[in-house]
Amino acid sequence: MIPAEFEYYRPASMEDVIALLEEHGDDARVMAGGHSLIPMMKLRMADIPHLIDLQGIDGLANITVENGKVTLGAMVTQHNIIGSDALTSAVPILREAALQIADPQVRYMGTIGGNVANGDPGNDMPGLMQCLNAEFHLIGPDGERTVEARDFYEAAYMTDREDEEVLTGISFDAPSGGYAYEKQKRKIGDYATAAAAVQMTKVDGVVATASIAMTNLSDVPVWSEATADALIGTDCNEGAVKAAIQAMLGDIDPTEDNRGPVAFKRHAAGIVLGRAIARAWSRT
Amino acid sequence: MKDEVTREDRVANLKGMGCSRKRVEDARFTQGKGNYVDDVKLPGMLHGDFVRSPYAHARIKSINIDAAMALPGVTAVLTAKDLEPLGLHWMPTLAGDKQMVLADGKVLFQGQEVAFVVAADRYVAADAVELVEVEYEELEVLVDPFKALQSDVSLREDTLDADGKAADGAHGPRKHPNHIFKWEAGDEAATDQVMDSAEVVATEEMYYHRTHPCPLETCGSVASMDKVNGKLTLWGTFQAPHVVRTVASLLSGIEEHNIRVIAPDIGGGFGNKVGVYPGYICSIVASIVTGLPVKWVEDRMENLMSTAFARDYWMKGKISATKDGKITGLHCHVTADHGAFDACADPTKFPAGFMNICTGSYDIPVAYLGVDGVYTNKAPGGVSYRCSFRVTEAVYFIERMIEVLAIKLNMDPAELRSKNFIKKDQFPYQAALGWEYDSGDYQTAWDKALEAVDYKGLRAEQAQRVEDFKAGKTRKLMGIGLTFFTEIVGAGPVKNCDILGMGMFDSCEIRIHPTGSAVARLGTISQGQGHATTFAQILATEVGLPADSITIEEGDTDTAPYGLGTYGSRSTPVAGAATAMAGRKIRAKAQMIAAYLLEVHDDDVEFDVDRFVVKGAPERFKTMKEIAYAAYNQAIPGLEPGLEAVSYYDPPNMTYPFGAYVCVMDIDVDTGVPEIRRFYALDDCGTRINPMVIDGQIHGGLTEALAVALGQEIAYDDQGNVKTGTLMDFFLPTAWEVPNYETDFTVTPSPHHPIGAKGVGESPHVGGVPCFSNAVQDAFRPFGNTHTNMPHDHWRIWQTANDLGLHD
Ligand SMILES: Cc1cc2nc3c(=O)[nH]c(=O)nc-3n(C[C@H](O)[C@H](O)[C@H](O)COP(=O)(O)OP(=O)(O)OC[C@H]3O[C@@H](n4cnc5c(N)ncnc54)[C@H](O)[C@@H]3O)c2cc1C
Repeated sequence: MIPAEFEYYRPASMEDVIALLEEHGDDARVMAGGHSLIPMMKLRMADIPHLIDLQGIDGLANITVENGKVTLGAMVTQHNIIGSDALTSAVPILREAALQIADPQVRYMGTIGGNVANGDPGNDMPGLMQCLNAEFHLIGPDGERTVEARDFYEAAYMTDREDEEVLTGISFDAPSGGYAYEKQKRKIGDYATAAAAVQMTKVDGVVATASIAMTNLSDVPVWSEATADALIGTDCNEGAVKAAIQAMLGDIDPTEDNRGPVAFKRHAAGIVLGRAIARAWSRT
Repeated sequence: MKDEVTREDRVANLKGMGCSRKRVEDARFTQGKGNYVDDVKLPGMLHGDFVRSPYAHARIKSINIDAAMALPGVTAVLTAKDLEPLGLHWMPTLAGDKQMVLADGKVLFQGQEVAFVVAADRYVAADAVELVEVEYEELEVLVDPFKALQSDVSLREDTLDADGKAADGAHGPRKHPNHIFKWEAGDEAATDQVMDSAEVVATEEMYYHRTHPCPLETCGSVASMDKVNGKLTLWGTFQAPHVVRTVASLLSGIEEHNIRVIAPDIGGGFGNKVGVYPGYICSIVASIVTGLPVKWVEDRMENLMSTAFARDYWMKGKISATKDGKITGLHCHVTADHGAFDACADPTKFPAGFMNICTGSYDIPVAYLGVDGVYTNKAPGGVSYRCSFRVTEAVYFIERMIEVLAIKLNMDPAELRSKNFIKKDQFPYQAALGWEYDSGDYQTAWDKALEAVDYKGLRAEQAQRVEDFKAGKTRKLMGIGLTFFTEIVGAGPVKNCDILGMGMFDSCEIRIHPTGSAVARLGTISQGQGHATTFAQILATEVGLPADSITIEEGDTDTAPYGLGTYGSRSTPVAGAATAMAGRKIRAKAQMIAAYLLEVHDDDVEFDVDRFVVKGAPERFKTMKEIAYAAYNQAIPGLEPGLEAVSYYDPPNMTYPFGAYVCVMDIDVDTGVPEIRRFYALDDCGTRINPMVIDGQIHGGLTEALAVALGQEIAYDDQGNVKTGTLMDFFLPTAWEVPNYETDFTVTPSPHHPIGAKGVGESPHVGGVPCFSNAVQDAFRPFGNTHTNMPHDHWRIWQTANDLGLHD
């Protein structure tokens, strides 16, 4: 568990970060909390000759909730999320999800930016960000741009972000209504066997809006419009939930691993989603 | 006014046997002041690292070390060719087989050691590993022991005779090139006869999966060859330091007095640190070659992939009984997957360990056990992971067979156990497979356990739950896991237990200092058991000096008396006995000194807590402290000065701790998630030295049992790739997954042990695994389940529910 040799940088400005990224291209990588990247380097699954630590850059760890708009700096840690009262009241699903990530030690270090930029299908935040319809803010040699979370993920570890770009923050409208983040895992510190993020609103006793995303059930997070559609206009009765689960099963594509065979994962995904819907509905 | 010092005060002051003395080790461990192998840092020390095989079976066509040697900081790259002239390219295993130290022409498992890189810096060593070019030619991989026994592919050409046939092995004839041994106990013909005419016969096949002890500290060593004085010092993660010294001497030709082996603090062993690993040998050779100290410490993946695994037993059972549930016979056959080399750590005459304890706690008149050991393309090992030799396998087998028989008889499994227990008045009990159980009172323990958990109430609740489930009111089933186990520990009598020819006695040497404090050294070595705490308590009671005034030292072969080390719960049964016996020698001399000082005859004084008193005149006494002083400072006619003793103890028999466990579990049939609602553990380990340490041992052993039963495994794919090489996939429970354990006890002392103690460190693991497993299986029993294999992780539990139609 010893990484290959690398050069360590801790620049003080974003310009310096981008300059380093431009200079070293594919040989450079930024590091946030390091809790996905360093294990990969130690396993020598990632060989990164130039490691650029973002800890030296000011202003990347702010949390703001203003006029129903939530903005998170890329360097906000999962621990910060759990501890923020403003976030907990504006976006309670964020805390519920963050508490199910890894363990306290990892959460002290792991950042929201690293979690969504990583592109690991096991990460919990990407699916949640799709559920919340978040926007990712990137900065690169050509300036700033914004990408929707729902358009960001291309394949495992492949995202829309260019090698020379850095994620600076995330923003989204504070959701209303009921919510639930439901995750099945083998133990503390484990990635999901299956996880579901559900946000929904109720008007006149039926679902008015719904947004649903699934985690670790494909090589990218799965935001399933069809699943949400199956619930809209219903009172989340058994038939509607069944239809939603059917729709979700049409969109996921799990693979077998040590967590179990595909048939089990599909079943677990259905159970997890059913429970998430029930809990979200009960909170509307 | 000065309070009177009562006898109770004096007893309390000793902190002797029976009190929950706080662990003296904890101060340094909790403050980061432990001294582990990786903490050993010597001037000029070099670092070793292995090139390991990515393939499970391949021929090595070439190894090119040029690029690695060219890397600045690299001192040497050793391959089998370099070790061959020293005769060290292979090494003997504890099981009578031999093992490649570095790949000699081929590799036989993924992660096998191919070359040893030595560099000035640990990072450079790791980089150099990447630069060693090895050309492999892949060969057919055998991961299934049953297929291995049918295959034309011979994994171990070195074990064939000139005609290419399987030559006899260390344990007799072999029936196939991939067969290692056949070991039998009991009477097969008589067992078959009983089965043929039995009223009821239940059969079951079960796989006790491969897992790994996974101590927190991985294995490692630091070798330092001093070329000036010819002395080799070897620090390492050794559960048996003296054995390592002897083996190192035999292998290297260095005289034993010139080798000093030091096992410093050890971060858990659980059997993983009994054997000898290529890393130890390579660090020694590298130090001899370079003249500098060389450190090798493996990482977590290397530990999981290449050092000794545990279990991997395919067991086939047959149990017969009368219609009303009296067991009449037991038949067991095991196909034992040993991996590429037979590196089990078992006493020489027991290639399947004490698997022949598989008649368990029951009075079974006839039985038979046959074990076939097999080579496959997996890592070697087969060690006793927190158990005496293969006892977890044996207890799992019988406790599953009892449940299977109960299903067949449609009888309550608690009642079936009661009906068949060896009765109190049958001890010492001669078991059908050869062992003589020393003492037990099973029924009393069982009744106490069942009452403590309200067993009848639990069964009623479970029946209601089944009704509710069928009525669609709940998706959770309830399982009640039962286990009654008997361990066999304390190897052991030299007449039948040895390792590499070394009898399994143990030892203690005590020096009482003039001021009444003492140091005692033992042949064992603590890896978390708390010997420094508990052995001092034994001595405190035996010699009447406070435990706090007694230092216990272990693990340095230059100072400690020869012993066989710590594993198989042998420390208290063997070294603990030696400690008591050495203490009694001290006391005998102290009695003479006291009598002299009190001017009475030896027989006129008697021992009382911390002093000798004149019989009938308790106001006339000499404390042990006074006696110690006199022993050194007063010329006593007829007595040598000093107060020292040494004892080597060869136990007359094993000890047989036992226990009654109950686990209550709720299982979500949809997700396969088990929730442990309750775990009750009653242990009888004979005389209890320190109840708090016992509780700690039980919590630890149960937690490792939970791990093994509910998910911990070393899994391979069909190409022999390890699928569980990190702690993400290899299940190591945290506080979150662990329930609140309720502990309880009865006390049935061992009649042959000087203080009646039996050993306890492994009982909870041995009893815990079947108890957790039985709980899972019991939940599904009302729906037709008889047996499913461990580990019961989510998907396998889900699979059981699915197979039983519970998702339809
Ligand atoms: C034992 C363990 C268990 C875990 N369990 C879970 C879990 O259950 N769920 C879960 O979601 N995660 C889990 N994680 C991962 C953890 O949450 C990580 O911390 C997180 O995925 C990455 O955040 P980081 O800040 O550590 O990123 P880093 O490791 O520093 O970076 C990860 C990747 O993102 C890139 N990156 C980081 N920041 C930026 C940025 N601002 N702009 C562009 N690229 C960037 C890096 O270059 C790297 O490629 C676990 C980790 C461990 C060690």
